[in-house]
Amino acid sequence: MALGSTVQPSTPYLEFVHISKSFPGVRALEDVSFGVHSGSVRALVGENGAGKSTLLKVLSGVYRPTSGCLKIDGSERTFSETSDSLAAGISVIYQELVTVPKLRVAENLFLGHLPRRRGMVDYRRLYEDARHALDSLADDIDPRTPLGRLSIGQQQMTEIAKALTRGSRILAFDEPTSSLSAREIEKLFAVISRLRDEGRTILYVSHRMEEIFRICDSATVFKDGRHVETFNSMDDLTQDILINRMVGRDIKDVYNYSPRTHGDVTIEVRNMTGPGLRKPVSLAARSGEILGLFGLVGAGRTELLKLIYGATRRAGGEILLNGVPIDIGTPRDAIDHGIVFCSENRKAEGIIPLGSVQENINISARRRHGHRFGIINESWERRNAREQVRALDVRTPGLEQKLCNLSGGNQQKVILARWLSDQMTVILFDDPTRGIDGGARSEIYGLIRSLAERGVTVLMGSSDLPEVLGVSDRIAVMRDGSLSGIVERTDASEQKLLSMALPV
Amino acid sequence: MNLSEKIMAGTPVSSFKTLDTSVLLDRAGMLLVFVALFIACSVFVDNFLSWRNMAGLSLAISMAGMVSCSMLLCIASGNFDLSVGSVIAASGCMAAVVINLTGSVVIGILAGLGLGVVVGLINGFVFAKLGINAFITTLATMQMARGFGYIIAGGKAVGITNSDFFVIGTTYFLGLPTPVWLTLATFVVFGWLINYTEFGRNILAIGGNEEAARLAGVPVVRTKIWIFVIHGVMSALAGVVLASRMTSGQPMTAIGFEMTAISACVLGGVSLAGGIGKISYVIAGVLILGTVENSMNLLNINPFYQYLVRGTILLVAVIFDKYKRISSI
Repeated sequence: MALGSTVQPSTPYLEFVHISKSFPGVRALEDVSFGVHSGSVRALVGENGAGKSTLLKVLSGVYRPTSGCLKIDGSERTFSETSDSLAAGISVIYQELVTVPKLRVAENLFLGHLPRRRGMVDYRRLYEDARHALDSLADDIDPRTPLGRLSIGQQQMTEIAKALTRGSRILAFDEPTSSLSAREIEKLFAVISRLRDEGRTILYVSHRMEEIFRICDSATVFKDGRHVETFNSMDDLTQDILINRMVGRDIKDVYNYSPRTHGDVTIEVRNMTGPGLRKPVSLAARSGEILGLFGLVGAGRTELLKLIYGATRRAGGEILLNGVPIDIGTPRDAIDHGIVFCSENRKAEGIIPLGSVQENINISARRRHGHRFGIINESWERRNAREQVRALDVRTPGLEQKLCNLSGGNQQKVILARWLSDQMTVILFDDPTRGIDGGARSEIYGLIRSLAERGVTVLMGSSDLPEVLGVSDRIAVMRDGSLSGIVERTDASEQKLLSMALPV
Repeated sequence: MNLSEKIMAGTPVSSFKTLDTSVLLDRAGMLLVFVALFIACSVFVDNFLSWRNMAGLSLAISMAGMVSCSMLLCIASGNFDLSVGSVIAASGCMAAVVINLTGSVVIGILAGLGLGVVVGLINGFVFAKLGINAFITTLATMQMARGFGYIIAGGKAVGITNSDFFVIGTTYFLGLPTPVWLTLATFVVFGWLINYTEFGRNILAIGGNEEAARLAGVPVVRTKIWIFVIHGVMSALAGVVLASRMTSGQPMTAIGFEMTAISACVLGGVSLAGGIGKISYVIAGVLILGTVENSMNLLNINPFYQYLVRGTILLVAVIFDKYKRISSI
């Protein structure tokens, strides 16, 4: 149910009129038309590559539509760059944050219009204004901290605060809750309904159905770059109907768990210490087992996985593979031992954006399969890329397509394809479904399952409770940079895991 | 098209089906510019098309071509190297001094190339291993190599007594000067390197997203060191060839040559942001730059104005690169 209903004016405040956007070889949007009234929250839903992100980029002026236009308050607008969109009162809060990590929070908030006195920055006023802007969102953030030191969740709050200080009339959120803690989500929702009551127009892109039904007043469904249907009220709508319109099929149990028999212990971590860990961590996992690694944002999941992978240098501790201590100093060492890693931060740590799909798939495995004496074996490269693309159902116009032109879910599949091109013993997933929606999400779960069935040990970090519970055989819970316990699947419940994860 | 031609065009063997006009323009755009420029110069500049001038032009281009090939590796990985010009001078002097000292051409050449290896190793180690900014690192080694050249040469040109050494720089083979053949070979080797070896692909991956490359198992530090060592060797080779052409090692030569190499790459279309680099771009850039300079000389344009023109060309090339990157998003 929506939070409240408002009387809707006759003309929509924001209108998309016959918007199309093509890239070389890809039709990202095709003749999309719909309108959103002010004082309402509109959900934009659809699978990976359905066109939601592209639409937001058209809205924010990052992309210029190939044809069609935007109307704001009835008048036609064209944006040739993002500043035009900002000036028109539009703020888009992206899934992948765009910030200046080395500048302080306050400076990030007011970048471009810092308060000045006698030609110099008036820092006293800046910090006061920043304090004020953050108050309603996150009072635990000190405006003087460099932004890069905040957790992703806190950074996102800062982004939202920035939009509010600009006084934007239209706010678009792209997966705003994917990195937020439960408390932060509550705060965000309170803010969103306040903004709605103030008469602002809000677009809300999310894959989390509960959220959409809680916060949104209406919903627009996309599929393959086309507008499928707009539901002007959420009253007669159910999750099933929505998902059905998105994918054209019913999704019952996305996790599809069935018990597996586990083999011997493959990876064992003993007294691991390093950046981000407050106490030594020890754990072990078996062949064919999926060990969930649950923790709130900032609990040290990512840090632990990166320490195991050798992406950050550990201060102490041992890693054993099949009972033998191994030396992992760099990711390359880990890969050589069959330990691979999928980062939660695809854009910064996963993809080579200008590299082709084929290149991105083959980059790691080629040295063991593709070639002799460092010379590329073109036929292996093509064959492997083609096989992986087919096996994982990567939607791409061709193997030569630059990876940055693919949607987030398809990029994630390409990263997976990279590791599936080779033998692996252990795979470390960090938030494997971050920013990935319904259909593709269950495909990824299916892949994780089939890896485990083939005897691979899976360590899956996640802050999504249903996901951890649905996928894992055992769940290790982290809190504040230390391991607070390991629970068997049969003993685990949302309440139990959360109580172990919440700070004491 | 045979294999070597494909390498020269920077075309992956497989992707011919996808050739459409925009792809064709991207691949051959600057080469077409060169062809247009060449025709214009032939028509409007006296003596341009003469056999004598063509030989001179090809020789002038040969040095830039050699160095730009390895500069391509630097730029494609998202970096650059300023020490080129100094290494050219210092290695020429080194070769000259050692040849005069030992009487052996081979030892002299090896000593010259060795100097390139050493500078490259210093650059690579300080930059990649210690994580010092490439600009400062190579700015420092640029000064050091220049100073070293002056020191071993005693501050002035060192005439070479053993005339066997001049074979590299002054002979002709099948009507073309030997250095031009060396440069053609360099184009083929580097085209192959960047397209058909893991090393080349790793360079592009590092330039495209260094952290992602590292997490994918690319040996980032090792690759970067290799890039600088190769670049050092290629600069030294260019220096040795130059010394052979001039029959002496000259410590004051090739000042500002780093600008020529970087300009050629960027002008041809190698992105300064890294991640994109094809040998065809370098060839086009080198040819355009060489033709412009040659024509300016033929037209007796005051050298002071030539600086102005070269700077303008670089600026325009960088702006064009930026524009291209924005429109490709």
